[in-house]
Amino acid sequence: MTQLLGVLAQVSGDVGAIGKGIGYGLAAIGPGIGIGFLVGKAVESMARQPEAAGMVRTTMFLGIAFVEALALFGFVLAFII
Amino acid sequence: MLAAILGLSRPPEGFHAPGTEIFDYTKTCLIGSGPYCVTRVTFWMLMSTVIIVTVFLLAVRRASIVPRGLQNAIEALVDFVRNGIVLEVIGREGLPFVPFLTTLFVFIWVNNLYGILPFINFPTTSRVAIPMLLAILVWFVFNITGIVKQGGLRYLKNTLFIPGVPKALYVLLTPIEFVTVFLVRPLTLAVRLTANMIAGHLMLTIFFVGTWYLQWKLITIPFAALSFALGTFITAFEVLVGVLQAYIFTILTAVYIAGAIHPEH
Repeated sequence: MTQLLGVLAQVSGDVGAIGKGIGYGLAAIGPGIGIGFLVGKAVESMARQPEAAGMVRTTMFLGIAFVEALALFGFVLAFII
Repeated sequence: MLAAILGLSRPPEGFHAPGTEIFDYTKTCLIGSGPYCVTRVTFWMLMSTVIIVTVFLLAVRRASIVPRGLQNAIEALVDFVRNGIVLEVIGREGLPFVPFLTTLFVFIWVNNLYGILPFINFPTTSRVAIPMLLAILVWFVFNITGIVKQGGLRYLKNTLFIPGVPKALYVLLTPIEFVTVFLVRPLTLAVRLTANMIAGHLMLTIFFVGTWYLQWKLITIPFAALSFALGTFITAFEVLVGVLQAYIFTILTAVYIAGAIHPEH
């Protein structure tokens, strides 16, 4: 019985680590897609209007900063839980 | 192998992946103890102000109309914040904020660069206290700016009740706006910077510890070389991340100040 409990404890400990990994992976999916769209569109508009590249780049970084925050919350949460 | 020849240290028993404990310097106080403890992190954070002040004073010591050398570099930096951030995001009303934003940018940049400087090797901004303090400072700056420029009640009204929205939606929008503007803004500012620096430092540590671990046996030396190459690549990447995070922190601050100055945003 105690042996079984020991094995179970070990398994649950491992599951915790795996869960953190999966949690962070899930948190990275949305922002990954978001940043992909964002930068793609920004590159498109820079190619269409090179004279507006500076403004587009600034706005792009702003957008990335907002989207990226979600992924980073997942990253921080993996350490907290 | 190389370290074994040089007799630097004995081969390890087993591989221990570095974790969050590499950010904990609280047990090794340089000066003082308890809550007044000056750790290595605090020391380098304070040193960064000394470094910045020294470099800026050296730059303007013999200021000439045609700048050269260091003065040229520092003027380019201030120009970048003035033209690239303040004039583009806030406009001419934002010019009084150029010194504040430049200081913020340079401080964060230097503290990020510590992560890749030899013998320091620790980005002080990866301890959440420093970005959090900066975020709280920014919170006070943009709120006080809004109150001074628009008046307290009008600032609150313009921030919480976005104009041009059907009245019924305010039930939903006002709480969301309140949480976003007054709680999430400083939180994301601090977490973004900290998490980026933690991630970078962890990656660097893992690859270089891996290199050190793998070079003990002849058969694993190719893997050590790979690990070292990737660590070097990430070092270069961290140079980019350090300046990019400083830029993003500064430009977001400028956006928040712009929102406090122009109510229609």
